[in-house]
Amino acid sequence: MSKLSQRHLLGIKNLTRQDIELIFETADNFKEVINRPIKKVPSLRDVTIANIFFENSTRTRLSFELAEKRLSADVINFSTSNSSVKKGETLLDTVNNILAMKVDMVVMRHASVGAPHFLAKHIKANIVNAGDGTHEHPTQALLDAFSIREKLGGVEGKKIAIIGDILHSRVALSNIFALKKLGAEVMVCGPPTLIPKFISSLGVKVEWEVQKALEWCDVANVLRIQRERQQIKYFPSLREYSLYYGITKKTLDDLKKEIVLMHPGPINRGVELTSDAADSQHSIILDQVENGVAVRMAVLYLLAGAN
Amino acid sequence: MQKKIVLDSQLLDITLNRLCQQLIEAHHDFSETVILGLQPRGIFLAELIHAKLKTLVKKQIPLGYLDATFHRDDFRRRDVPAKASETRIPFAIENKNVVLIDDVLFTGRTVRAALDAMIAFGRPAKVELLVLVDRTSTRDLPISADYVGKHVDTLESQKILVELVAQGHKQNKIWLINKD
Repeated sequence: MSKLSQRHLLGIKNLTRQDIELIFETADNFKEVINRPIKKVPSLRDVTIANIFFENSTRTRLSFELAEKRLSADVINFSTSNSSVKKGETLLDTVNNILAMKVDMVVMRHASVGAPHFLAKHIKANIVNAGDGTHEHPTQALLDAFSIREKLGGVEGKKIAIIGDILHSRVALSNIFALKKLGAEVMVCGPPTLIPKFISSLGVKVEWEVQKALEWCDVANVLRIQRERQQIKYFPSLREYSLYYGITKKTLDDLKKEIVLMHPGPINRGVELTSDAADSQHSIILDQVENGVAVRMAVLYLLAGAN
Repeated sequence: MQKKIVLDSQLLDITLNRLCQQLIEAHHDFSETVILGLQPRGIFLAELIHAKLKTLVKKQIPLGYLDATFHRDDFRRRDVPAKASETRIPFAIENKNVVLIDDVLFTGRTVRAALDAMIAFGRPAKVELLVLVDRTSTRDLPISADYVGKHVDTLESQKILVELVAQGHKQNKIWLINKD
């Protein structure tokens, strides 16, 4: 089959393993395309895509926009800071107005959990979730797993530790779903206050000591402390967090084996990762960014192509 | 379903030898020529011809694979998007003579897409098309092949089935199939 089981990409939770593998195989081909002298293909030339960002984003929005342009789609961008949302327009009204301009696909980021799922029930266009609150960020998880597959030759049986603010992270949840579906072993690691209570019911190991997590894993995916989502204090200070959970190049070099270091960005240098660790040979952070464009091209191509 | 042999193993070999001789006649020592097999099925034929040419001209000839999936004109017009295959062109095609190779020439739409896809890699001096089977009178576009293994008069409802050992079949055989 060369068709996804879904017409929207709302989360990894409702994808099948076959879906994820199809996205990866398609992304392999797009990765070759974006390394050509002419990096553009005409597949989506009759498709219009609206990027609707109700929350800040640099990488994801640029990556989606580039993926859309490499596929020759027409692109319109919308962010709340300069829109009528400030005047009190509802989400559905905003999106319906955009769709009235004959838009075929919507890429949306929203601070509320379930916003893209709500939209999917009310509008016809294909929806790609670019992050909904603390819930899911499916394309990030896909590009993370794709990068692991590229670096280690596969995901099945690999040990992946997700380290940091698991409680507020949509990247963590989507990563857990994706990696489990692909047959990896997953561990989450962070201060007890930043680990959700029933996370082990998703079939992941829980570890509070970062050193043990690093010794266990093949890949460490380090997350940012999301201070914008923290209304109360979960740990005494950033300095203390970085003392106990920060990863340095020395920690990595002192391990008995080679591990791969990942980070979805933006990095708080000196908090979860020191600069020398982020820029070390262990890190595949910039490969993740490159793969992000190829993976998003694959998602858009597969969703747009299935009528 | 009725099946009729168009080319059997022995005839195919003779045909391929003839196609190679025709290529040598036009391209001499292949110093300025590259071969591109069209994905997904043209690559097997391209490999066969490439191997034969190598023994005949005793020289390495660049061989690449070209996939035209993302350049097709039927995207969003079919239920399922076409599955892409690998494109691998590890050499420059700028100012070269390119021989595109596919197994069957039917509507010409794949070749149109392939020409479009190929241009992303540079501007060749000349492009030629080699096909094993040319289905006459079924073309949608003004495209014709420069080297043809066999012309076959077919109806649109019929199908040409190419079975090659390289694709996992027992024998090389080309069939004409009547779909009922």
